[in-house]
Amino acid sequence: MTVRSRIPFYVAVFLLITAGLSVATWRHFEMGIPWMTGEQQPVWMVEARVDFQGYGDSAQVNLHVPQQPPGFRILTEQAASPGYGFSILENNGGRRAEWTKREVAGPQTLYFKTQFVPDETIVQQPPTRVPKPYTVFWEEPQATAVRELLNQATERSSSPESLTRELITLMQPDNRTQNSTMLVSDENYLQVLVRMLNHAGIAARTADALKLEDARRRQHLVPFLQIFNGERWLTFDPRTAEQGVPENLLLWRQGSESLLDVVGGDTSQVSFSMLRQTIPALQLAAREAASNGLSALSFYQLPIEEQSMFRMLLLLPIGALMVAFMRMVIGIRTSGTFMPVLIAVAFVQTTLVPGLIAFLSVVAIGLLLRGYLSSLNLLLVSRISALIILVIFITAGLSIVGYQMGFNTGMTVTFFPTVIIAWTIERMSILWEEEGPREVVVQGAGSLFVAICAYLAMSRPLAGHLTFNFPELHLVILGLILLMGQYTGYKLSELRRFNPMKAYD
Amino acid sequence: MNWISPRRLNRIGMLNMNRRNVDYIAQYNDRSSYPLVDNKLKTKLAVGEYDVKTPKLLQVVRQQHEISHFREMAEDLSGFAIKPAKGSGGKGITVITGRDGDDFVKASGARIPVAMLERHLTNILAGLYSLAGTPDVAIVEDLVESSPDLAKYSFQGVPDIRIIVFQGYPIMAMLRLATKASDGKANLHQGAVGVGLDLGTGRSLNAVQFNRPITLHPDTGLALENIQIESWENMLEMAARCYEATGLGYMGVDLVVDAHQGPLLLELNARPGLAIQMANGCGLMPRLNAIEGLKRPHFSPRERTQFAMKSFSRM
Repeated sequence: MTVRSRIPFYVAVFLLITAGLSVATWRHFEMGIPWMTGEQQPVWMVEARVDFQGYGDSAQVNLHVPQQPPGFRILTEQAASPGYGFSILENNGGRRAEWTKREVAGPQTLYFKTQFVPDETIVQQPPTRVPKPYTVFWEEPQATAVRELLNQATERSSSPESLTRELITLMQPDNRTQNSTMLVSDENYLQVLVRMLNHAGIAARTADALKLEDARRRQHLVPFLQIFNGERWLTFDPRTAEQGVPENLLLWRQGSESLLDVVGGDTSQVSFSMLRQTIPALQLAAREAASNGLSALSFYQLPIEEQSMFRMLLLLPIGALMVAFMRMVIGIRTSGTFMPVLIAVAFVQTTLVPGLIAFLSVVAIGLLLRGYLSSLNLLLVSRISALIILVIFITAGLSIVGYQMGFNTGMTVTFFPTVIIAWTIERMSILWEEEGPREVVVQGAGSLFVAICAYLAMSRPLAGHLTFNFPELHLVILGLILLMGQYTGYKLSELRRFNPMKAYD
Repeated sequence: MNWISPRRLNRIGMLNMNRRNVDYIAQYNDRSSYPLVDNKLKTKLAVGEYDVKTPKLLQVVRQQHEISHFREMAEDLSGFAIKPAKGSGGKGITVITGRDGDDFVKASGARIPVAMLERHLTNILAGLYSLAGTPDVAIVEDLVESSPDLAKYSFQGVPDIRIIVFQGYPIMAMLRLATKASDGKANLHQGAVGVGLDLGTGRSLNAVQFNRPITLHPDTGLALENIQIESWENMLEMAARCYEATGLGYMGVDLVVDAHQGPLLLELNARPGLAIQMANGCGLMPRLNAIEGLKRPHFSPRERTQFAMKSFSRM
């Protein structure tokens, strides 16, 4: 062995740790997996309800459903309507839910549920085709009134947006002039506004929006105004001239499409109910991961059973890190290198106090029986095998006795790995014969202490959360363990052990 | 205040376990040489070619059915030692010093029926004492008759001399004396007394038991101040020759002084402990650094020994 440079090693460790951290950070931002446990995210559950009367003939119901409402992400969509065929059609920029049925008679109710996640990052996409204002013909005397109003508004404005704002202000009831009164009645106000804007050379349209409030039923869509400013559609409140989409406003319908078409029925109407749910951010991330390619890097796709197995398995590195630290830096003697980790894993399943009681009683009884085995003069393999069977008997006995006495703790014995316990008993027994009971107590206590420390680290909800949802963090643990393997300083226990050297300093 | 600061330890030059494992054992000991020292039988054969004497081999028990031969062989022996070939740290070594009717008598005076010895052999074969739990062989060796002037210091059991050899240079030595606490074994962590030896002269420096300085042997009550090891240079040279035999850069050589045959090699250790520093009252680091800093290492064991005796003497 020659002297090797340590630099490549440190570079590799550094790369491991940064890789782990950066992948985790990237996934945190990309998939929205939260760093902490129990983070909640609000989700709006909106239910559109379509009611109509069927004629007794075939029916086709067509509802406009949102595609990309600004400020929201669509999480799930489902339709509930027994007996109807259902599909979602996508056609030039609009999405429509379509229900069909051969025979429809009497009152019908159809439901369409969507979950929206508020997401600041989603903004209005510019349209693929630049919309053109359509030409509008006005009859006299309206034409004159329109001209007057537009002139007024144009004088006070400099851009399509400000023109729109001025126009809305001019048309409000409290500052109406004769001109506007003649044009506008309550029902056709928005239509007139759109026509006037188009006449002024600004592409304008209506949109329908939903005010999201928790636990409201029978809500209806509120009309809004949208103009095209050359880049994107801007939304205005036609009542207050406020620009932009306020928070908790969901644009259900944009563009010129109709909201609802019913063929084979009448007196149709749409109403909405909504509910503000909070679901764990993690669940959200998992659900979204399922829909994009990033899920390849996570365990969410596995069957639940495997997932729960991995939850346990991925805790092991934390225990290993703890054992490495305790042995190499603190200097605690344990019986067997990784027995403490396995005991700690068992503790995670049994919880600490019952687990400790069970473990200690099994080992104590086992040591007594092993004393008898040693007088039988057996070969090692057969002795271990006999011990394994004895350990199974002991666990079974403890479980039954515990159950009869009304303790459920007796049942927890079964979580301990039998073979490990058998080996532990064998080792302890030999230690007892060779080094005396003191060493048994020292090593046994050391093992249990390390196991309890590992258990405390592993049983933190955060530990389980991070190891399972950010498996790449294990690279960081690996790096730390490698670094510890290069630690050439004094162990804490050596500072005590070498204490007498003070005399020679 | 029962702690010593790392700074002070560094000043003394104490070698610690992590540094020993990473910077010395992992660096200077080739893994392929380990079987040679971890197996006492192989050690015996290997060092024999380099003129290093070992206790006489009486029998090798390799198979379960050979244990009955052991009974025949031990029939008219009064003293012998049973050792697992791959045992470490003195584990599984049973020293028989006499007979009492059909039973054997251990060094501590405890009586052992032959059946118990046979079970012990069985355990050895099954690998109970071997490092990785692998199947093992048991070797039965002639009992070392310790030279009386050293033996009087030890409470039962044979006093042995541990020498740390680094790249073929003996750099530190101590005498290990069994006590009642250590059950005739010479392992310091079991309670044996460690007496630091001056490398230049072979005279005792100071002594420790359980890491605490002592001046008298706890059982025999003899002062440990003026022990002088005979034919010191020969012993050091013998230890140095083990480097050629094994190629291990950092090892512990355990020697005994036999009343009739002189120095004998008991075993080699690829992972020698750190207690030797406590017995000597000084750290290994300065000496290790001195050897590592040599521009031209000496070739012959004799030159290396003389260099070490000159450089590391404290008298």
